[in-house]
Amino acid sequence: MNPTRTAATAGRVLAQLRADRRTLALMLVVPCVLLGLLAWMSQDAPLFDRSGAQLLGLFPLVVMFVVTSVTTLGERTSGTLERLLSTPLGRTDFLGGYALAFGAMAVLQALVATGFAVWVCGLEVQGPVGWLVVVAVASGLLGTALGLLASAFARTEFQAVQFMPAFVLPQLLLCGLFVPRDQMPRALELLSAAVPLSYAVDALGAVATTVAPAAELSPDLAVLAAFFAGSLALASLTLRRRTP
Amino acid sequence: MMKYAVRTDGLSVRRGRHDVLRDIDLAVPVGQVVGLLGPSGGGKSTLMRSVVGVQERVSGTVEVLGEPAGSAVLRRRVGYVTQSPSIYRDLTVGQNLRYFATLVGADGDRVVQVLGQVDLDAQVDRRVADLSGGQASRVSLAAALVGSPDLLVLDEPTVGLDPVLRRSLWRLFAALAASGTTVLVSSHVMDEAARCDRLVLLREGRILADDTLPALLDRTGADDAEGAFLRLVDDATAARTGSSAPGTAPHRRHR
Repeated sequence: MNPTRTAATAGRVLAQLRADRRTLALMLVVPCVLLGLLAWMSQDAPLFDRSGAQLLGLFPLVVMFVVTSVTTLGERTSGTLERLLSTPLGRTDFLGGYALAFGAMAVLQALVATGFAVWVCGLEVQGPVGWLVVVAVASGLLGTALGLLASAFARTEFQAVQFMPAFVLPQLLLCGLFVPRDQMPRALELLSAAVPLSYAVDALGAVATTVAPAAELSPDLAVLAAFFAGSLALASLTLRRRTP
Repeated sequence: MMKYAVRTDGLSVRRGRHDVLRDIDLAVPVGQVVGLLGPSGGGKSTLMRSVVGVQERVSGTVEVLGEPAGSAVLRRRVGYVTQSPSIYRDLTVGQNLRYFATLVGADGDRVVQVLGQVDLDAQVDRRVADLSGGQASRVSLAAALVGSPDLLVLDEPTVGLDPVLRRSLWRLFAALAASGTTVLVSSHVMDEAARCDRLVLLREGRILADDTLPALLDRTGADDAEGAFLRLVDDATAARTGSSAPGTAPHRRHR
């Protein structure tokens, strides 16, 4: 991995995002609007304190997944990926650049959404607010890695966007937001243990209900990191220099 | 002894069940502009992709600048420009070129120099999406030039350009060749043959001829490259059907 080429790639991806003001605005404003809606409809403050915190882990995963998969698909179809791989740029530089750029976006999005939830909507968590941001960023990085992988299986942007419901909605149903995971039928409980979003939601639930959540959420973060590394490794296999 | 930038021996490429290239033996001398001419679908792009090392299912040997095609050391020495501009449309010309310059270790001065070579100085801060097709394809060319490659592989770089720009690009290729860069350039416009030091005529995945234009005209008795190409096609068809009279062979099925 070459730091200069990785950083240049991250800078280039961020420049592309900056050029697309509408997407940038959607990435930052939509989570706030949804959190606001949830706060408004929750008459019961403790409910919002828990599910609002958990929702903070969902946005980065969904948004980074969609943006990364569509952007990377563009690289594959426009021929820029083929060109990049014919230069000294390594596959790890390419993936690292994307992870850095969207990781930075995830930090920004997490800060904005968490700040909005806490200061505007009155979200109160037992644990330190900083942990909310950490888990949200981890979930954004995971979304990026999954998006890089998913782009290899889409031929058109239509397909890439359709991967979002196929990939994310089952996780949303199973992750424990609607029905606590320990109250699910045994088979579904096992299935919910296999989807990464469960761990982000679990970790955020720990921040919401525990004063010192570090011990409780670190295994969750470890699992998220493992999913991240696994998806990136699989994604690197889909970046082929030689194509038909 | 003559040095070659590209040598292929028995190069074949399969795509699906078809042989896109069949048994290609090619030698591209260093410091020349070599034109790859022939109709669309004849295998020009596939041959170029094999030289760059991005083509799958290649058999035979392809040696580029003394190394096997696609070697890691070649990624700095070979510049490749695809037929459709492979650059970032949502970025400005300058952002694109600075990015590609960083990847090959070139500096900002080189970007300015290259912008002048492709006559895009005035467009440096414009987004590629707002440029004309011809301008975008020159940005794509510039992105390959920033690395000062020893071998430039250009797939139809002059398509859609006006005659003045086409002339200035061919002059640029000649100047690059004079400074030691080898330029392998494809075109389906036969009248661009006169601009090349050497011609490779490719049809249906095979090489019809690999020679200088004067030698080709001499051999076929034709007046121009197109005439020479047609004569060679007729001869090849006649040879395959066993008929001696060119032009009387039954029509063959074309892919």
